[in-house]
Amino acid sequence: MPPPLPSALRQFGKPRINRAASPVLALATPWLLVMLGSLSPSWPVIASAPVLPPFGFLLLVGWQQLRPGLFPVWAGFPLGLFDDLFSGQPFGSAVVLWSAAMIALDFIDHRFPWRGFALNWLVASAFITAYLLFALQIANLGGGNTSPLVLLPQLAVAVLVYPVAARLVALADRFRLIPIRKV
Amino acid sequence: MAAPNNRRPGYSRRAQYGNFFGYILAVAGLAVGVIMLVVSTGKPGAFSGVRMAATDGAAPAAKAAAGARTGSQSTWQIVTGYFTSGVRVARLEREVAEARVRLAEQAALAEENARLKAMLALAQGDQRPVVVTRMIGSTSSSTRRFATIGAGTNQGIRVGMAVRSPLGLIGRVVETGSTSARLLLVTDTESSVPVRRASDGLQGYANGLGDGTVQIRLSTTGINPLKRGDAIVTSGSGGIYRSGEAIAVVTALTPDGAIARPLSDPGQTEFVAVEPAFEEIPEIVPAPAPKPGGKH
Repeated sequence: MPPPLPSALRQFGKPRINRAASPVLALATPWLLVMLGSLSPSWPVIASAPVLPPFGFLLLVGWQQLRPGLFPVWAGFPLGLFDDLFSGQPFGSAVVLWSAAMIALDFIDHRFPWRGFALNWLVASAFITAYLLFALQIANLGGGNTSPLVLLPQLAVAVLVYPVAARLVALADRFRLIPIRKV
Repeated sequence: MAAPNNRRPGYSRRAQYGNFFGYILAVAGLAVGVIMLVVSTGKPGAFSGVRMAATDGAAPAAKAAAGARTGSQSTWQIVTGYFTSGVRVARLEREVAEARVRLAEQAALAEENARLKAMLALAQGDQRPVVVTRMIGSTSSSTRRFATIGAGTNQGIRVGMAVRSPLGLIGRVVETGSTSARLLLVTDTESSVPVRRASDGLQGYANGLGDGTVQIRLSTTGINPLKRGDAIVTSGSGGIYRSGEAIAVVTALTPDGAIARPLSDPGQTEFVAVEPAFEEIPEIVPAPAPKPGGKH
């Protein structure tokens, strides 16, 4: 169940008869939210070690699990391209990994159509682990020489933050479907 | 929630083709990504133009947020401070006592230094920074350690300039946009800074480990003379970093060197100074000689 909206937002879309969701809002919100997550390197946190989870990737997986098929399968390419602009990884890293993740998530959606949150979390954790490890390998190809042990704290944080990201996605999903357009 | 069955959209040809081309596009995107990756790992600066344009675009919002950052961090420190204050007070008292002695020694050394410099007729060479600016962000989720500062080529920043905080060296500029620039932090695994021990000039390199510490590798072999608490400063060889800038303090010993923690935590730093390159790189490069001691 998606969480209820804050009361101010609930009042916002109150007259519901002959109202429909705005298509602009409904379509743009998922993309914007993932891009906002990709912007996390400009958030006011300056770290001398990788500590923050890859928010863009968490939100992408969150959307794909809450609303399978909302993003087209090729969405990994444009969103990954945007993420690469800010992430500091070698350019193309997120394009490859996000595209591969979207294809794999699409496969899992069709293989296991009915899932509980526990299974979603498990799948997401596997994806996050694979994503961080591959990203590390790619960063090392591009000139770094980091040990995989450096990832452990970040991996723990990312796996624990995933449910929060999923709640955020659910909230954004409620927001994007508020009926504000007069039919 | 079960997925809408997009794979078999029924009899609509349009929907079937749309579905099919969606998958084609997804695989094509993956392939393009692989090509980009090959290009960018082969030539790290290949996409720096687009990247810095994007960072320039995001910089105004990041600058506004950076002002709030130091404020919020000090709040957190106040909270954690309550739990560690007793131990800290004892440690600080001991350190103050030690520091008083050191201060007296330093005063004597400074005097001696001035006298010796006067004897050699050396210029003081106190360099003014190119610009003092804010740190506005860092790649906090990637294993590569880059940070962004809020000034670029418009303010006279060029690739290769060293960046320092009041506490010590932070890194050097690797990419410049017009109003922002990207730093390679000293903790990145690609960063290697020629250093020496402050007390006796023992030479070595400080290589980043990617987890917020640096590995000190000595140029000499044999018995490891480093001790915990040794101060490490830049040696100035190589010409990128000025000599004698504080960089790190040894925290743990390894068989061939030590692990050191940088003095200037970039997260605690609000303003940084960008310094001109220590030595101008000559226009005509002489016959290529083998570079001593690793990549920079």
